[in-house]
Amino acid sequence: MENKIRVSNLNFFYGKAQALYDISLEVPEREVIAFIGPSGCGKSTFLRTLNRMNDTIPIARVAGDVIIDGENIYAPGTDVVALRRKVGMVFQKSNPFPKSIFENVAYGIRINGIHTSKTDLNERVEKALHDAALWNEVKDRLNTSAFGLSGGQQQRLCIARALAVQPEVILMDEPASALDPIATQKIEELVVELKRDYTIVIVTHNMHQASRVSDRTAFFMLGKLIEYNKTEKMFQNPDDRMTEDYITGRFG
Amino acid sequence: MDHRIIDQQLDVLRDKILLLGGATESAVQRAMQSLVERDSVLAKQVLEEDKIIDQMELEIDRLSIEILALQHPAAHDLRFVISVAKITPILERIADHAGSIAEAALIINIEPLVKNYVDFPIMAQTATEMLRSALDAFTNEDSQLSRDIIERDKEIDKSYKRVFNELLEMMVDNPSATTGAAHLLFVAKHLERIGDYVKDICELNVYLREAAFIKHSRLI
Repeated sequence: MENKIRVSNLNFFYGKAQALYDISLEVPEREVIAFIGPSGCGKSTFLRTLNRMNDTIPIARVAGDVIIDGENIYAPGTDVVALRRKVGMVFQKSNPFPKSIFENVAYGIRINGIHTSKTDLNERVEKALHDAALWNEVKDRLNTSAFGLSGGQQQRLCIARALAVQPEVILMDEPASALDPIATQKIEELVVELKRDYTIVIVTHNMHQASRVSDRTAFFMLGKLIEYNKTEKMFQNPDDRMTEDYITGRFG
Repeated sequence: MDHRIIDQQLDVLRDKILLLGGATESAVQRAMQSLVERDSVLAKQVLEEDKIIDQMELEIDRLSIEILALQHPAAHDLRFVISVAKITPILERIADHAGSIAEAALIINIEPLVKNYVDFPIMAQTATEMLRSALDAFTNEDSQLSRDIIERDKEIDKSYKRVFNELLEMMVDNPSATTGAAHLLFVAKHLERIGDYVKDICELNVYLREAAFIKHSRLI
């Protein structure tokens, strides 16, 4: 399978403090990759380098290459808005806008300057809600406030909002950490479902979530990539002693 | 974290399977002794104690499932629980064979002696030695020793063929010895099966250490 993302020798600094050391890895297209590791290990920072979300931090500095579809996203002249349309993101805390369910999903389409007719917009919103496995639950109340939805529904709404602009890669930063087991299961099923059309990178503290949904797992420690392997290998017979200690809770 | 909750349970599981291993080894050894020394009291004891082994198997099953359900083991921990769960019924079956040898001894011991027991003690010794080494290899997670033991199974297979031919000849030559010889044939078959089971244990030892499946390796 072709690699969608290729990272080579990536180093990342917050001012003088180095947060990521020489990370290299490749993400095949239409696979789910899980990033695991203890708090502060750099997994979220690394996730955010994949769509340049760290650009918003004034003291942040990146060295190394992140190639997506053959193009270095840190090359001068890169259209960051287009990049983030292509590489969407879902955060730990669902963050719907104080608008209706419909407008939340339509928002991305509108601000991205995708000109569509009313019918076309309706169709896109409906498709995104379908793809996020939320349509059946909200179809009769599209014009009510998004805040009326449950936590799990709000998170799926945020996924629908990300899908509406037709990205190719979706970055998820602990998307289910604030959800109950049933809502978590729905998000996990959704991730596996979305793999058919998208490449997904998911940061999670939940080891079983990583083992359930991902094809490959990357383990980070103190800003370094310790091991990157097929998930079934990682959870049955990891190559690195540190990985074994972390996934078996022997760490400390 | 120095002490994980799972460590305590894995230690208990380890103790339990080693106890089961010891009881199984003793059952095989005493079943053969009851035959060679024509000691029917000992044979009855072996049969009686099989219940204890069955009980041990149940306890290990329960604990293995509990660890899987509650502790979600991964990596080496997972391989350990899986290996124990798969080795346990093998040990129980070996003990069943010991029971069958003891049953045969009860019949053979009242028949006239049909054959001097030369090959049987050797075969039985090889089987019990292999079993003891397999349990050591499990404890020390020694893949090399496990592979060596697998090779030794051929010795038992050879002894079995020799004993089989001898007993067959005896049945032809001396029809009055047929009953005793037929039961001895079963004993030989039980020992041969025990060798196969020890081999299975050794294959699981290799899985525990290396996460490699060497059983049916031609299919992988």
